[in-house]
Amino acid sequence: MYSEKVLDHFTNPRNVGEIADADGVGEVGNARCGDIMKMYLKIDGDTISDVKFKTFGCGAAIATSSIATEMIKGHTINEALSLTNRAVVEALDGLPPAKIHCSVLAEQAVKAALADYYTRQGIDPEPIVGHVKRDVHEGEEEGEGCPSCAACDR
Amino acid sequence: MEKRFVYADNAATTPVTPAVLEAMTPWLMENYGNPSSIYSIGRASRSAVEKARRQVAAALNAEPGEIYFTSCGTEADNWALKGTMRRLAAKGKKHLITTVFEHHAILHSAGALEKEGFEVTYLPVTADGLVAPAELEKAIREDTALVSVMLANNEIGTIQPIAELAAIAHAHGAWFHTDAVQAVGHIPVDVKALGVDMLSLSGHKFHAPKGVGALYIKKGITPDIFMDGGGQEKGRRAGTENIASIVGLGEALTLANENLEANAAKITALRNRLIDELLKLPKVRLNGDRLRRLPGNCNLSFEGIEGESLLLRLDMAGICASSGSACTSGSLDPSHVLMAIGLPHEVAHGSLRLSLSELTTEEDIDYILAQVPPIVEGLRAMSPVWEKIKDK
Repeated sequence: MYSEKVLDHFTNPRNVGEIADADGVGEVGNARCGDIMKMYLKIDGDTISDVKFKTFGCGAAIATSSIATEMIKGHTINEALSLTNRAVVEALDGLPPAKIHCSVLAEQAVKAALADYYTRQGIDPEPIVGHVKRDVHEGEEEGEGCPSCAACDR
Repeated sequence: MEKRFVYADNAATTPVTPAVLEAMTPWLMENYGNPSSIYSIGRASRSAVEKARRQVAAALNAEPGEIYFTSCGTEADNWALKGTMRRLAAKGKKHLITTVFEHHAILHSAGALEKEGFEVTYLPVTADGLVAPAELEKAIREDTALVSVMLANNEIGTIQPIAELAAIAHAHGAWFHTDAVQAVGHIPVDVKALGVDMLSLSGHKFHAPKGVGALYIKKGITPDIFMDGGGQEKGRRAGTENIASIVGLGEALTLANENLEANAAKITALRNRLIDELLKLPKVRLNGDRLRRLPGNCNLSFEGIEGESLLLRLDMAGICASSGSACTSGSLDPSHVLMAIGLPHEVAHGSLRLSLSELTTEEDIDYILAQVPPIVEGLRAMSPVWEKIKDK
């Protein structure tokens, strides 16, 4: 069900860990639904010089976080902001439909970390980063578990 | 440690053993006659099916005439529930009682009956995964047609007080069915001692092939016919008999029952070692009552990690297991069984079921015990949830 690329990133995840003196930290997801991603950024000028992540989740959640860190490391903030979940899915050679929400989480984890970076600078992140969906299931009724949502093609 | 293949998902299915296959093969190519035909190879097939029926009846302490072969355990469950409710509706009995943690063959049959206009009560279970007879006493009514409670749970292996529950059902004039798919061939199952009216079983849980099961229907109990067609199974379950598989089921169950005590003692010892050793890891819990459980069932929750990633890592190490995590259930919710015993979502997501059989060896357990701890530690090391809970 998973591509070779997903299994590779799951088995040997890149950039796992924390950055003690990170310039921006973002956490998205929901333990109820079984996935939480936390992303740490080190920023020099407008370049993301280092990135680390920690993820609680399934194989796809770990793989999407891992590849997302590779896709933004050494790139500019603007490039990181334009990272889409679709690009993450394509870079992994596809994801099963039920796992598409993991790619949304990865995109939102990057945005959440950048929003934190701007907030620390005293800059309102919303006009730059946009609205960060910290929970891809946000807006759904509590107590309904995690039914289908816009993030999943279900 | 050298990599090996360890099959620890026997609650999902089991391999056909050589003795069972040997019993089956003549009925595929040599003796292929239709049991309903009157010539020699037809009569041979008929006698093979009837021998298997006697074998199953003997294993359950039932009469051969009370055993009906089906295509699987799910079919037997569907027949018992839908057949009973449709039959007894004519007598004004339109209430069904079952439990929240049944297999989906029961839960979805009950759901389908609700859509037809029947009323269903789902009994809760305790934190240990047991159905309390007092809950049935509270729920049962004069119009209750059927009570269906599983003999042993498929995820956490807990064994239910069926005899006590069946007595309550009968005191109120209701029929009693049990889904014994996980129990038959693994623990003693005596329909008279249990006092059940119907019992479902499935061959592939005890080394018969997939695609064959049976429903025990006590004499005098008359659920509606579920499969219309020719007059097979005394006209109550039509369809040409799956002879080879039925023969395999009879043989497998006979073998399982002959070795029941010795196998149960061996498997229980292996399982206890597995549970005791894995519980030494921090923040691990055993799901389901420790004593009233199937010999081969070990169901643990590892806090701070998610079950699918655990299964994938175990698979890479050569170990086949299962999880109640949402990601493996095909939905986004964790197992309804683990939710029913009150686990928080995040703990249910981190569950692992290892289910053993008599084919499991000490070396297999050594291997699992060597592989699981570093995999759990590795996943926890990269988990932001573990980071928050590890020192609490």
